[in-house]
Amino acid sequence: MEKVKCECGHVNPYGTYLCESCGKPLKEEKGKIANMRYEGVARRSQTYKKSMIDRVWNFFSSVKVGIWIIFALLITSSLGTVFPQEMYIPPGENPAIYYEQAYGTIGLLYYQLGFHNLYSSWWYMLLIASLGISLVIASLDRVVPLYRALSTQRVTRHEGFLKRQRVFGEAEGLDDPEAEMKKAEKVLREKKYKIRKENGNLLAEKGRFARWGPYVNHVGLIIFLIGGMLRFFPEMYTDEHVWVREGEQEVISGTGGNYFVRNNEFAIDLYDEENEMFEAALERAGGSVVESFRTSATLLKRSSNGTVGSETELEEVKDHEIIVNDPLTFEGFSLYQVDYKLNELSTFSFTLESETVDEDFSDFIFEVDLNDPQKLYEFENGYEIEILEYFPNFLIDDNREPTTINRIPDNPRIIFEVFPPDVDREDENAEGEISLIGIQVNESLNGDHDHTIRLAGVEMVDVTGLTIRKDRTLPVISVGAIIFMIGLIQGSYWHHRRIWIQNREGTLLLAGHANKNWHALKKDFSLISANTQIPSPVDQLDEAAKEKENEGVNQNNV
Amino acid sequence: MFEMSSNLMYVAFFLFLASTVLFAVSITGKKFKTREGEEKNKAGLWGYISAVIALIAAVSYFIVRWIAVGHAPVSNMFEYTTALGIAISLAFVIIYPMYKNNYLGIFTMPIVMLIIAYASMFPTEAQPLIPALQSHWLTIHVITTVIGQGILAIGFVGGLIYLIRVIDFTKATKKVLGVEFILFSIIAGIAYILLNVGFNLADYEATFEYTNELGEEAQIDYTMPPLVGPNEGELISGGMNPLFNAPAIIASGDLNVVIWSFLGGLVFYLILRLLFRKPIGGIIQPLVKQVNPQAVDEISYRAIAIGFPVFTLGGLIFAMIWAQIAWTRFWGWDPKEVWALVTFLFYAAYLHLRLSRGWQGEKSAWLCVLGFIIILFNLIFVNLVIAGLHSYAM
Repeated sequence: MEKVKCECGHVNPYGTYLCESCGKPLKEEKGKIANMRYEGVARRSQTYKKSMIDRVWNFFSSVKVGIWIIFALLITSSLGTVFPQEMYIPPGENPAIYYEQAYGTIGLLYYQLGFHNLYSSWWYMLLIASLGISLVIASLDRVVPLYRALSTQRVTRHEGFLKRQRVFGEAEGLDDPEAEMKKAEKVLREKKYKIRKENGNLLAEKGRFARWGPYVNHVGLIIFLIGGMLRFFPEMYTDEHVWVREGEQEVISGTGGNYFVRNNEFAIDLYDEENEMFEAALERAGGSVVESFRTSATLLKRSSNGTVGSETELEEVKDHEIIVNDPLTFEGFSLYQVDYKLNELSTFSFTLESETVDEDFSDFIFEVDLNDPQKLYEFENGYEIEILEYFPNFLIDDNREPTTINRIPDNPRIIFEVFPPDVDREDENAEGEISLIGIQVNESLNGDHDHTIRLAGVEMVDVTGLTIRKDRTLPVISVGAIIFMIGLIQGSYWHHRRIWIQNREGTLLLAGHANKNWHALKKDFSLISANTQIPSPVDQLDEAAKEKENEGVNQNNV
Repeated sequence: MFEMSSNLMYVAFFLFLASTVLFAVSITGKKFKTREGEEKNKAGLWGYISAVIALIAAVSYFIVRWIAVGHAPVSNMFEYTTALGIAISLAFVIIYPMYKNNYLGIFTMPIVMLIIAYASMFPTEAQPLIPALQSHWLTIHVITTVIGQGILAIGFVGGLIYLIRVIDFTKATKKVLGVEFILFSIIAGIAYILLNVGFNLADYEATFEYTNELGEEAQIDYTMPPLVGPNEGELISGGMNPLFNAPAIIASGDLNVVIWSFLGGLVFYLILRLLFRKPIGGIIQPLVKQVNPQAVDEISYRAIAIGFPVFTLGGLIFAMIWAQIAWTRFWGWDPKEVWALVTFLFYAAYLHLRLSRGWQGEKSAWLCVLGFIIILFNLIFVNLVIAGLHSYAM
């Protein structure tokens, strides 16, 4: 493709609309006003339309396509809020049933279309990916030629360029045009314009760096999206949950077994109902409002001098009161207060009674740790009690067999076998008294017994639920967000403005271009005309609109 | 202290009213010629001064309540909606001096009043903060967001003025229907406020026993006469029998209020139409015939260009920082988050469309209006109807 040489001598790339240097229109365009978008530069997407690559490039470089992608994201995103996403339905519910049950046929359809997991669906991801591609291509397509055009622009512009600016005016018959230009220059300098002069012509420019704002914010967005994508790589993102009972410690997963967290105490504080300020609100809420959930936690680290296989030695690293909005953090990990369980059973204490055996059982008491029960309990008076089976969370399953749902002692049942002193536990033929014991359950499993085990006491602990989070994508995402904000502010709060004043044999030509905020540009022109004899130029768009309206009025009158 | 804050809000409200009147005078009142021969009328300046004093009173309300309650008053529907009203007036006070457009005043001030009045329909007493809200980020995130939305609202006002100015109300077109719908919604909002205040003054209350969506027996209090009753509702005290009962899944009390507001709005609307025998937009149009459409178009574009970064910073970036601290992840697709993203995407699309030819002027005015509808949707509908992590914000 051959380059285009303008009469001013500048060689423009093929496809240029307005000469990069003097602004002379190189292509015929409709309308009174030049299309100043991207300075009329040759953009790759507007120039080459042959190969496959050209087509892909042209597709994604189009702002129109970008806007369609934005609208598609907007509409699909909002669809995802019609009913709750799967992660927000009540825990334990089967989504296949839940949506239909709760929301009827539309709910079922919502589920079948996969909208219950909309934001992780392949087509939503595809939309976000297209947005990313569009950001890259659309920016590259514009920023490179725009940069070239703005750096090669000349002070002296072609008359055709000036006349076709939106704000344009001529000042004829001035007594001393050069003196007036000097005055105008002074005004513009005071308004902090950068002034360049050439052959008695003047270009005043201000806020050019605002032009790079959109590209800077697009770069930020791309970094942000890349950061979001990094999550899908291993090791980048930890999302674990751990329950820690009061007084106990649990390993923090993801730390390679090196760190543990101990729950010293968990507490819930309620707002004082006597509180004068909140009295009315507390009453309306119908009772207690939680003021805080607190876990007094200690972070422990496996001590480094312990040899392999030896007893784990833990040293305390730090204490922290974990509350909502204040996680415990270390080495990129954060432990958040997210859940709790009050009064979980922890210990049962039992006594042994007998109506038939003559023996004093008044001191006979033993405790079973429900999270770690002993197998065998031996007593001074020769009695032995063995735990045959332990079901922390008892359930009769579909095969009518006793089993446990999990290891959490929410509904513990224990099968004990009691061996009085005269029965030898080691003897295979010997049979003790077997019974199943739980809360308000005490059944014999092998006939009549001489002894009865009684549940005499229970101890409970509170359990705190913590989320373990490590997110290595955060630095990338933060950098992206910061760059995005900088670009957004750069492009929104500064405006690129240019004013051309040219002296053509005593007649001053004035033209102005603002990328945004024409109002401020016009105010600067008014300031010039207030301080000089140069009249304010007109807004050719306003003129056109007025003409159109007058025509309309006239037609109506007829 | 607490009472003082309410009184300051009353003062602010009446000053906004005064400002509305003064701006109205500036447009319709007599003009006199200055020595330079320019036609002028000082009422606009006084209207602006009144708006500034009103803003000072409103900000004082905000600060006094903050001190009294112990946290920034942006934690529930009353506080947030009031803050939105104040933010719109703040945005107006900032943008007015740039353009000195009195039409902006006469439209913005009543909207500020309407939003503040709407806010006071929610429980106004001080509420304690639940643990998730106890953070400095509440202050930072919400105040930045509300200021952003306030500035974007000026874009809406500009767009509305533009539409009323340019649309031909003599023909029945979709555009006329659109503007009438917006104006009807505003009237229905006024009707809601008046009905609510009226029935409140009359101490109206009706109580039902009904079966709720979980199939349990429950009680519900109505503050407006029940046109719609709750599912299998039995009136136990006060009031009239409902015309019909709603299914259990619908919050019948809220639906009842919506129907009342709709009917109330309809009555007002029809009265106005019968009196003037033209669309409401057509009634207002002569008032704005002096408006330069290009000027209001630029004001609304400018407002959105200023408000968009503020909203993005507050509603997305600060929101993400806080979500990371309080909810363990910076983004979780909670409905409120999604609708903040939708708002962001919408205005981003608007700003890109402004680059295209043919999207300045009327089309972009429609977008400005739609954008503010999305903001209000996120405030009202998402908080009150779509349950989510943010639904504490009742």
